[in-house]
Amino acid sequence: MEKIVLKNVVKIFGDSPKKALHMLNEGASISEISKKTGNVVGVANVSFSVNEGEIVVVMGLSGSGKSTLVRCINRLFEPTSGGIYVDGQDVCALGPKELREFRRSKFGMVFQHFALFPHRKVVDNVEFGLEIQGVDKNQRREKAEKSLEMVGLKGWGEKYPEELSGGMQQRVGLARALALDPDILLMDEAFSALDPLIRRDMQDELINLQHTMQKTIVFISHDLDEALKLGDRLVILKDGAVEQIGTSEEILTKPATEYVRKFVEEVDITKVLTAETIMKKSEDVAYLGSDGPKTALRKMKKNAISSLFVVNKDHTVAGIVFVDDVRRLADQGETDLEKAMRKDIKTVSADTPAHELFPIMQDISYPVAVVNEQNKLKGVIVKGLLFSAIAERGGE
Amino acid sequence: MNLDLPRVPIGPAVEATIDFLVEHLAFATRAFSAVADQGLRFMESSMMAVHPVIVVVAATILVFLLTRKRGVTVFTFLGLGLIWNIGLWSAAVTTLSLVVVATLIAIIIGIPLGIISAISDTVYRIVRPVLDFMQTLPAFVYLIPAIPFFGLGRVAAIFATVIFSMPPAIRFTNLGIRQVPKELTECADAFGADRWQKLIKIQLPLAKTTIMGGVNQTVMLALSMVVIAAMIGAGGLGGEVWRAIQRLQPGAGFEAGIGIVILAIILDRVLHQLATKD
Repeated sequence: MEKIVLKNVVKIFGDSPKKALHMLNEGASISEISKKTGNVVGVANVSFSVNEGEIVVVMGLSGSGKSTLVRCINRLFEPTSGGIYVDGQDVCALGPKELREFRRSKFGMVFQHFALFPHRKVVDNVEFGLEIQGVDKNQRREKAEKSLEMVGLKGWGEKYPEELSGGMQQRVGLARALALDPDILLMDEAFSALDPLIRRDMQDELINLQHTMQKTIVFISHDLDEALKLGDRLVILKDGAVEQIGTSEEILTKPATEYVRKFVEEVDITKVLTAETIMKKSEDVAYLGSDGPKTALRKMKKNAISSLFVVNKDHTVAGIVFVDDVRRLADQGETDLEKAMRKDIKTVSADTPAHELFPIMQDISYPVAVVNEQNKLKGVIVKGLLFSAIAERGGE
Repeated sequence: MNLDLPRVPIGPAVEATIDFLVEHLAFATRAFSAVADQGLRFMESSMMAVHPVIVVVAATILVFLLTRKRGVTVFTFLGLGLIWNIGLWSAAVTTLSLVVVATLIAIIIGIPLGIISAISDTVYRIVRPVLDFMQTLPAFVYLIPAIPFFGLGRVAAIFATVIFSMPPAIRFTNLGIRQVPKELTECADAFGADRWQKLIKIQLPLAKTTIMGGVNQTVMLALSMVVIAAMIGAGGLGGEVWRAIQRLQPGAGFEAGIGIVILAIILDRVLHQLATKD
């Protein structure tokens, strides 16, 4: 279901936005408009939608209008033209009082530089939104404590923000937004001010939280690695306009414009490619119980491989057999394949990133099985496949 | 060459305006008069009701409780003791009362004005040149319009003092609120705070130190003006100085001057401490 819909949103800063808007619609470039009218076009005809429970990352370099865009969604900035709909409600049509109510009930916002109130204790910061809503003291304290616990800051409530490290301060910022239990989280470069290690922790934390919360999140970032990691879909902005909208996979493999392609080149491909994108899906397998050594040998010969995965009837992985062992078994006249099977094999999940596959594959001489949560075989990765996948994507 | 240009009638215009205001603002001047006079009487009578030694000790304890600083506390005790010793006690009480009443009125009017001019750019555009004008006009000039409104005496002195000392209260409040980081007010907006909530919960607490700095300035300006206002019958330590000038008594004038300095230092230190606390 579409939670947020943006239709041709334009935001122009300056004293003659109407003229600038007219020029923009006539197809004038942003620098042209700036030169002729002195107005700055922050966002130029952006349209996209965000589904319920989805993380959409709006990505762009500084000055691309991404922070302006997110502020248009809750009307911290008044859009110059275009429509913004949240749950079908036209946000631009709300009066001042309705808008305040709307902000209180729908949005939680996290800021780049945390925006914690220095004169309030951590717990009072987290309570802020509830206090604004007029929730009574005990109830909001309870909710605030719960929210702090969620972000791993239990017991820090009585401190002042300045006593906390940057990473912890941003956890407070996140807790403050979560305390309201809003449908939508607007995160404006939420992790950009943190150092890289802490940033990665926070990203993981957000992904974990999102598993249980299922919020609709609009995340602003200038870091493509972060965008690819967090985003179900990405919106890439340049000069206030959309360059491409798509999943990580689509952005990486089919960059729509030269600009996006240049961006993508910078990405460390091994962090983005997962086991699922590399694996071979149509590999033959032997079925435990029904296939004997002879069948297994034939399948191996047909596919020109020296090992074969063995699966149970329900397609869960049982083990692997090697061509030499199976031939010996067949020579002895045995019919039970299980006797040649090795059971202690490595399996990986579908979302394992490529860079984690290297050490695993180095230790073993046979292919790796890719399985889903029920241990069912989804595909197979052999070493050559891994290298060729990386060479192919990285060498473009 | 003799240019026969008509003279621009600034003076007559001001006089006409004052006449008009005296006639039509009588209710306001009467109200101001009542407030100022009652306030002064209350302050003076409560401080003069007990023996000066008790007031000195009480003031010393109060200063210690407010500042927790040994230096200021000792200075308060010795300074006030000296004022009493050289026979300027009652004059000092009058001066302090004038300062307190004038400052309170200036703050009660000034801080809300500062808040409004911080919130509204239009108001600020009007207020700012008025403040500039108020601060550059020589202090004596304020004494003149005070007389037709209130006659000679202490109420006129308070009126002139309020006008003279109010600008920092307005300026600093305005500045303090405007200095609150934009991200913080934006955050309050994003969480759906209305203007009042934003002001009370975020802007004023964060502007507190700056506003207190303005209050400090207001008090200091009030003290200097109260001394000048002795010329229109304010009395107090300024009155002592004024009399010493007229009678050519440098010794007495110097003593009263020291009394003013002592009051100024105590007030400044205490207010500074209050402003920077937390």
